[in-house]
Amino acid sequence: MADKGSAGHDVATREAPTPGTGTAVMASDRVENPGFPPHRPRVSDIDPVKERQNERRVAWLFWASIVGSVFAIVAYIVFPIVPGDMESVRYNTLFLGLGIALGMLGIGFGAVHWSKALMDGHDIPESRHSTRGSEETRDKAIEAFHLGNKESGFTRRKLIRNSLIGALVVTPLPAVVLFRDLAPAGDPVARLKHTLWDEGVRLTRDPDGRPIKASDVTLGSVFHVIPDGLAEMHEGKLEEKAKAAVLLMRLDPKDLQVSEGREDWNYHGIVAYSKICTHVGCPVALYEQQTHHLLCPCHQSQFDITREAEVIFGPAKRPLPQLPITVDAEGYLVARSDFHEPVGPSFWERSL
Amino acid sequence: MAPHRKNRTGRRSPVVSAMLLLVGLLATGGSYALFTASASAETTAHVDNLIDEGQKLFQANCASCHGLAAQGTDAGPNLHGVGAAAVDFQVATGRMPMAASGPQAEEKPPQFTEEQVAALAAYVASLAPGPGIPDESLLTGNGDVTNGAELFRINCAMCHNVAGAGGALTEGKFAPDLKGVEPAHIYEAMVTGPQNMPVFNDLNLTPEDKADIISYLMFIDDKSNSPGIIDLGGLGPVSEGLFVWIFALGSIVGITVWLTAKSN
Repeated sequence: MADKGSAGHDVATREAPTPGTGTAVMASDRVENPGFPPHRPRVSDIDPVKERQNERRVAWLFWASIVGSVFAIVAYIVFPIVPGDMESVRYNTLFLGLGIALGMLGIGFGAVHWSKALMDGHDIPESRHSTRGSEETRDKAIEAFHLGNKESGFTRRKLIRNSLIGALVVTPLPAVVLFRDLAPAGDPVARLKHTLWDEGVRLTRDPDGRPIKASDVTLGSVFHVIPDGLAEMHEGKLEEKAKAAVLLMRLDPKDLQVSEGREDWNYHGIVAYSKICTHVGCPVALYEQQTHHLLCPCHQSQFDITREAEVIFGPAKRPLPQLPITVDAEGYLVARSDFHEPVGPSFWERSL
Repeated sequence: MAPHRKNRTGRRSPVVSAMLLLVGLLATGGSYALFTASASAETTAHVDNLIDEGQKLFQANCASCHGLAAQGTDAGPNLHGVGAAAVDFQVATGRMPMAASGPQAEEKPPQFTEEQVAALAAYVASLAPGPGIPDESLLTGNGDVTNGAELFRINCAMCHNVAGAGGALTEGKFAPDLKGVEPAHIYEAMVTGPQNMPVFNDLNLTPEDKADIISYLMFIDDKSNSPGIIDLGGLGPVSEGLFVWIFALGSIVGITVWLTAKSN
């Protein structure tokens, strides 16, 4: 801090830069400043009738402003907001807004029209101030720095200076701890890799949570599914839903191409796939029951349900994770396990 | 003088000719109307006659694609079990008979009268049990609009848009605009899953749920529910943003130009 004065001193003694004589190109065809165009008098400068007309116009705009402001007050009283009645909000805000708008625009337009049409119309050049202070001002500033340093002993009293620097460094630390604590508690990887689905968890309807029997899902049907218990959750419901949302469809079992190891993941042609797109996590739910294609509305990724949600178009890179399902003793559809891979888009710690 | 004039012309006056023409037209038109009215009264009176009538219409208009017994061919699906609901939806909205092969059958002016649609529906329904035409009580629009809106957002909005404005699907297919669609047709589409629309059977969305969804669609169709007077299609931030972009920014640009322009 002490050398700040000497740095200022260096600058103070430096001369303004002059163009060098080296290889710099001097513009010979520089455009000359054409200056102002010749002054043209306005109609209100020449014609007294026009002048009076413009004067009246300005006054009318100010009068309109008064009318608007009074109208706003009247409208606020005449169209009160009745609790529970949306219609009353509409008229109240509409007329109040129109009144205040007229009140303010009237003043604004009036003032601008006044200045443009009636106030002096000559062009005036106004040069910019130089940014560099005078030598005297600069010396004074440097002197103030030196004096401050001398009186406070900032460079001399090293104990005080260093402890102040220490205090300044430590002050923001509570904020760092507070903001870090806003992040999800626990290991984020584990939270992204597991959902509410588990062995024996019933598939239920979104939003009311009624369980689904296998016989309910007729050919060509699509069900929007949440895990049992999610509908009753209060804490973190949306976070869990965002991972566990599932689309349930029934296809003719002949149409399904089942890969090895997934033979018992569907139940008589009923299949369940994660609704969260593997591209950036939009809900994929545009199901075409004839083509068995699932379309993501955000970036047009298409998944073929007959081929285990393989990507057939668009930016998604992985098929949608399949939820293995079966039925319980009462005939309700249940999950065999959680998803076998993390749902949704890629993240750093994902292994595949 | 008068008898002499009569003999001279030997013709009826033009007024009488016009009167005769009118009587003749009324007689033929009236008797035709009477005849057809009595014929349709007969068909509605007897369900068997209605089915027979429907079978004839089917064989004349539909059998080339769906087969003489509605068993389906390479050109059109088997219609056993699709029910009266599917026929009413497809034929009364003009989707069937199809004008031309394409990505999907599109809505057009219906090709059959209401009686003919009813006859076709009765015939197809007689082939095998299937979903019927919904009861009037489910189509009144007096259901729970809030529940209907939530169910619509979960089950329908991804294809049909949250305001029911429709949207694009793959390879030329699209989910149609739902504004102004007959409530019965909306109900029938949910039950039967026409073309690439999935089926929402009564075990997935109960008849009351369907009535709520219809109530929601009728609610957003009603322009008086838009608090801003102009709803701009009810499409949300896109159309509203575009409106502000053009008109609000446009007027700001206009005011700026006026502010800096020199007065006359």
